[in-house]
Amino acid sequence: MTGAGALVGSGPPALLALQDGSVWRGRGFGALATAAGEACFNTGMTGYQEVLTDPSYYGQIVTMTAPHIGNTGVNPDDDQSERPFVSGFVVRELSGPHSSWRAQGGLDEYLVRHGVPALSGVDTRSLTRHLRSAGAMRAALSTEVLDASDLVDIARDSPSLIGRDITGDVTTAVPYEWTAADLDHRARCGYASGKEASPATAALLKDWRGPRSTVAAIDFGMKRNILDLLVASGFDVTVMPAHTGAKEILQGGFDGVFLSNGPGDPEPVSAGIATVRSLLGRRPIFGICLGHQILALAAGGATYKLPFGHRGANHPVRRLGCERVEITCQNHGFVVDEASLKGTGARLTHVNLNDHTVEGFEMPGLAYSVQYHPEAGPGPHDSRYLFEQFRTLIARFEPAHVSAAG
Amino acid sequence: MPRRDDLHSILVIGSGPIVIGQACEFDYSGVQACRALKAEGYRVVLVNSNPATIMTDPEFADATYVEPITPAYVARVIERERPDACLPTLGGQTALNVAMDLVTSGVLESNGVELIGAGVESIRRAEDRRLFRDVMQASGLDVPRARFAYSVEEALGAGHELGYPVVVRPSYVLGGGGSGVVRTPDQLRAIATEGVRLSSIGEVSVEESLAGWKEYELELMRDRNDNVVVVCSIENIDPMGVHTGDSVTVAPAMTLTDVEYQAMRDDGARVMRAIGVATGGSNVQFGVDPASGRRVVIEMNPRVSRSSALASKATGFPIAKIAAKLAVGYSLDEIPNDITKKTPASFEPSIDYVVVKVPRWTFEKFPDADAMLGTKMKSVGEAMAIGRTFAEAVQKAYRSLERDLDGLAGGPRLERDELLARLARPAEDRLRLLEAALYAGIDEGSAARASLLDPWFVGQIARLARARRELEERSLEELDATLLRAAKQLGFSDAQIAAATGATQSAVRARRKGVGVLPAYKTVDSCAAEFAADTPYYYSTYDEQDEIAPGGGRKVVILGSGPNRIGQGIEFDYCCVHAVFALRDAGYETIMLNCNPETVSTDYDTSDRLYFEPLTFEDVMNVVERERPEGVIVQLGGQTPLKLAGALERAGVPILGTTCDAIDRAEDRERFGDLVADLALPHPPNGVARSASEARAVAQSIGYPVLVRPSYVLGGRAMEIVYEESSLERYMTSAAKVSPSHPVLVDRFLEDAIEVDCDAVYDGAELYVGGVLEHIEEAGVHSGDSACALPPFTLGERQVAEVIEHTESVAAALGVRGLINMQFALRDERVYILEANPRASRTVPFVSKATGVPLAKVAARVMIGATLAELRAEGLVPERKVGHDGIAHVAVKEAVMPFERFPGADAVLGPEMRSTGEVMGIDANFGLAFAKAEAAAGVTLPVKGTVFLSFADRDKRAVIWPAKRLADLGFHIAATKGTANVLRRAGVGVEVVPKVSGGSSADVANVAERIAAGEIEMVFNTPFGRGARTDGYYIRAAAVAAGVPCITTMAGMAAAVQGIEALLSARIEVTPLQEHLAGYEALRPNPGVV
Ligand SMILES: Nc1ncnc2c1ncn2[C@@H]1O[C@H](COP(=O)(O)OP(=O)(O)O)[C@@H](O)[C@H]1O
Ligand SMILES: Nc1ncnc2c1ncn2[C@@H]1O[C@H](COP(=O)(O)OP(=O)(O)O)[C@@H](O)[C@H]1O
Ligand SMILES: [Mg+2]
Ligand SMILES: [Mg+2]
Repeated sequence: MTGAGALVGSGPPALLALQDGSVWRGRGFGALATAAGEACFNTGMTGYQEVLTDPSYYGQIVTMTAPHIGNTGVNPDDDQSERPFVSGFVVRELSGPHSSWRAQGGLDEYLVRHGVPALSGVDTRSLTRHLRSAGAMRAALSTEVLDASDLVDIARDSPSLIGRDITGDVTTAVPYEWTAADLDHRARCGYASGKEASPATAALLKDWRGPRSTVAAIDFGMKRNILDLLVASGFDVTVMPAHTGAKEILQGGFDGVFLSNGPGDPEPVSAGIATVRSLLGRRPIFGICLGHQILALAAGGATYKLPFGHRGANHPVRRLGCERVEITCQNHGFVVDEASLKGTGARLTHVNLNDHTVEGFEMPGLAYSVQYHPEAGPGPHDSRYLFEQFRTLIARFEPAHVSAAG
Repeated sequence: MPRRDDLHSILVIGSGPIVIGQACEFDYSGVQACRALKAEGYRVVLVNSNPATIMTDPEFADATYVEPITPAYVARVIERERPDACLPTLGGQTALNVAMDLVTSGVLESNGVELIGAGVESIRRAEDRRLFRDVMQASGLDVPRARFAYSVEEALGAGHELGYPVVVRPSYVLGGGGSGVVRTPDQLRAIATEGVRLSSIGEVSVEESLAGWKEYELELMRDRNDNVVVVCSIENIDPMGVHTGDSVTVAPAMTLTDVEYQAMRDDGARVMRAIGVATGGSNVQFGVDPASGRRVVIEMNPRVSRSSALASKATGFPIAKIAAKLAVGYSLDEIPNDITKKTPASFEPSIDYVVVKVPRWTFEKFPDADAMLGTKMKSVGEAMAIGRTFAEAVQKAYRSLERDLDGLAGGPRLERDELLARLARPAEDRLRLLEAALYAGIDEGSAARASLLDPWFVGQIARLARARRELEERSLEELDATLLRAAKQLGFSDAQIAAATGATQSAVRARRKGVGVLPAYKTVDSCAAEFAADTPYYYSTYDEQDEIAPGGGRKVVILGSGPNRIGQGIEFDYCCVHAVFALRDAGYETIMLNCNPETVSTDYDTSDRLYFEPLTFEDVMNVVERERPEGVIVQLGGQTPLKLAGALERAGVPILGTTCDAIDRAEDRERFGDLVADLALPHPPNGVARSASEARAVAQSIGYPVLVRPSYVLGGRAMEIVYEESSLERYMTSAAKVSPSHPVLVDRFLEDAIEVDCDAVYDGAELYVGGVLEHIEEAGVHSGDSACALPPFTLGERQVAEVIEHTESVAAALGVRGLINMQFALRDERVYILEANPRASRTVPFVSKATGVPLAKVAARVMIGATLAELRAEGLVPERKVGHDGIAHVAVKEAVMPFERFPGADAVLGPEMRSTGEVMGIDANFGLAFAKAEAAAGVTLPVKGTVFLSFADRDKRAVIWPAKRLADLGFHIAATKGTANVLRRAGVGVEVVPKVSGGSSADVANVAERIAAGEIEMVFNTPFGRGARTDGYYIRAAAVAAGVPCITTMAGMAAAVQGIEALLSARIEVTPLQEHLAGYEALRPNPGVV
């Protein structure tokens, strides 16, 4: 009698434990290891590779609600950074053979290579419903510690995301440039006849013909799609470490400053907040996700933690002042407190239609930012205009002294 | 922007009869639309000729016109109603084409009717393949290389230029009609001829063949603020070259990265904007080169479609309802998502399960037709299944098909070479062959290369094949909880596990429950559990967590009718939905079980709880044990639930209404024979044969011609009229798999008998007769295929009374509680009983529409114990004893045949049912009603020109009068020699046309050529000697190929002549159902509505 691999699936027994004591048993893949982090779920039906490599997921154990993961393997073009940043990964069903003309390997080997432990064969819907009602919490995933209570302890002992600045762990050590050449290659990847980008994609990533401007992009956990779209929108980008001071940036003589996405709680990112506070009014600023929260804090606003965050690619966002609704890519656990923006000079520009939380605001003439991910990767391309908008802001920008900047 | 107040009344155009490519999905969409518009306070005017639809129930619209959906008739409706707007995007291709016609002819404009949902220009851009192509290219989208042709010659030129193989696609045609992949100029000539004819603008696209590319569909919605959302992506497992309607499809797409999916999403939105669909839903199809990812746009449908019905059921997003609201001015963000309540409709559903749709074909009914799949849709229905994984879903989908399959795994054992050869040819059972091939040890690579199926799917099926082996290597005892759960998670049914382990199904069930491996029911919530949803829309899976809140109250489970197929279609869904409405009205909690995504019954807000599950013993028992209802209704869903009734009852499930034994006594024709004998009612002499020799003996004793058939069949499956012993031999050896357990029934065939149907409800004491229907074609043409009229148009009162008496005594003897349908043959003053069906019949909706009495609702109430007297007091049942007593109109039901889809099949009516749908014509007299029914069925009765006659000798006498009449009406008569001689002698001027076998010479064209040349308006031909290669066969084939109406019975001819007379004498009038029914007790307002 042969084994039952086809029936029960392969892989060592593995375990996911939450701080509240609940556990999910399944089979391990990826690295044989133990990892802790904050458990969260993502409802996107595509884009697992982008999720894995998005630095904003640093310190988190991510479960995908889409049941089949690994279908298209992995390829070098879709990485959002140089490696996966999730602590652990939980799926309902890891695909056996993958299929994609762009694939250069399977998800399993990829996670092994990068030391990320993962869990397959669990009822991810029950996990999602649990997180939805009980709220985000610390968790541990292991192929080694198979005793539930031991793993629960590991989860409980792991550090919380609240109150820690973890951008230092994911930011670049040294400044670097991002060029059109690199974009050019990536623009052509995948979509099309292999030789050239499909017309639609070419249109999406059309190079800016006019004069180019320079941007300093502060890297709190930068995604590549952001760099691509900045370049495609006519910016020469210099990526700077998270701790770079305002002085250094001002000396660089950049036309604008971009604040990237990133992981964790914005409030403790004091260096970043201070930098932005002193840049605000001196340089045009555009922020995304953590960058958006940092801008808010710099402007005198406040942030708070959502019960279980927004993570997915289907969230409707109303763009105020017009009738457009954008379907957006989201990945955040913290959010800007709308009330706290009163008196900061900030104007609300985008609202989430599901829970009416703040999705974007502007400091008229000086800065603007959005909570969601207009760069997509993964997710819809509805919000591309925000990158062009940066050109307009820079063109119209007049230095001002902002009281909030004190 | 909110609701438009400048509109007051809106004309909704339905899709007419069920045909291949257009099934009940348009009843589901029409119902949603009518409800939404009424809820918004608009006056809804509806045109739909299909009586078996819920949407044509009088309470769904303010004025319901059961009239032909042709420009002429719809124009009359518009002149009468003067609606402010016309919504054509919810009635499929039919509604769209009629609307376009009304625009071109200026009817809409001259009556000040605004087209809403989709503008003229967008419809043109989408439906005219040439315009479409230009628009796509203009907006930077990639399309296949193509040339356009308006004649066969041009097509051949294009083929030569592009190089074979090429694909032909006509403009403005549905279901791939007139399209095909062709490899040679000859094939191209044939296909292009048909294509140019079928296209309402005589245009076909000839293009590079992309057969083998991956095929995808996106279902999009756009509002007037230009916000676009993708409701669902669908991946076709069968690659390009097989029509999406004939492909096994899966949602969401499984083999695209986010980069590719989002780029496709962008293209979808661009297509919608470029075509300019202002508001509503559209379906965009893409082809993707698996080697390079090159993506081309194949087509877009600027309307809700079969795929959008699938997308709605797959995601819980009510596309049709929202399309209707968008059409009257709302924007997506103003419409709440009624599943989550919290979120707006402007979001994109995220699903955390896998949905698989498998088409249902009925090739067995067209033995002479080509059963290969191509760009021309051939399936008549589909089953959908939901599972947490692809494996689970695909297995559930296959056992939902009701083809006696227990799932996907377990394909036929064949030789390696044959397997590989057959994998290369798209046909009905390809995925099961794939499983068999992988099981037989063929490697995944070769299987994928042979079939051109994506390796991911091949890998999934390979796992099923390996799992089957692993099960077969074990005994049931060796399967512990872990292994059993694993098998169930891969979708293996108890029956499959039993087969693999050599145990019985009940043993597997017992062990499974013993070790606690039970299904969990999860919710379809459109948001992957991100938000709490209380929609009672469930599917079973074998993951741990169950989500069903224990519902209290008195519950009733209603079993649906599964996938549409010939013999069992929308009529049964109609009955189930009525039961839901009636029982909910009576304070019950209604629980619906069905697996057909096209239906109203599978809308999550039709019943109190919807289980989207296969209709098998295992799946039904699981729900019953979960819900513990007071009872289960099996008599409304056609044969599907009936087949389960016995097993359910044995398992202790209370069956409501007529008992299983009574059902069996009627369905088992042997037992039924005894019953009729005991009652001393007239019944054709008959016998039962368990072997060929027994059959011979029986036939001897009762005398030829005899009618032979296997017992327990619906739709006259494998039923034949046999005139002599030799054909009986052939039948016994070939047609029927006769065995002691599967006897063959032999009845004396009553020639030239009038067939009559009677639909009634019996409560144990009293019989309410919905109607007595007189068939137009004589007995011998299956009741489902023959036209019939209500009230009966030639029967004497005594005969009607006798029919009713017999029905009552059989109902009483069987102990019927609920519906009973009886069929009779009237011959020489005698009323013979043909059969009794103690269940909903195909004609229940027709009878209910024609008389205004909701038979199925009445029956449902009777099943839970109400008496007719009580229901009469409520007003649900009228005072009159017979539904059509004293009605002033005549209603004619006509069947719609799919012959043009099956070239080669003989277009002659017989005892085996082959129609896909039906229409109703209703007017003051038989002639007008019949003419309307024909028009609605797509048969235009000619009012001048040449008609061709060719009759079997037995009919030559009868043909004289109608032929004379046609001549008097000014028709030119052409006939084959024999028929012509008879007519000449009777003094009818007639032209002789050579038979096909008579060959043809340069100067005289034979009949087939004349028909092909379009010189014949109508063909009347009664078959002499059935089957292929007879002259009759060639005549009928020519008529079908040329789309010329062809009538194959004497009775049919007589009716046609009356219809033609009516058309010549009177101007067509249209009247809403509500007006026809006024004066009789009106329907009670439907609690199920708005
Ligand atoms: N150029 C082509 N090469 C190969 N197959 C094609 C091509 N164009 C269409 N098809 C196939 O024909 C089917 C029917 O074509 P389509 O235009 O969608 O017809 P319909 O309007 O009836 O849906 C498609 O589903 C696809 O599988
Ligand atoms: N003894 C008979 N003589 C003539 N026609 C018959 C006889 N029995 C059945 N038929 C014809 O065959 C058709 C199908 O038979 P029926 O018993 O209704 O089978 P089903 O259960 O498939 O409807 C009937 O509609 C009728 O036209
Ligand atoms: Mg199509
Ligand atoms: Mg019958």
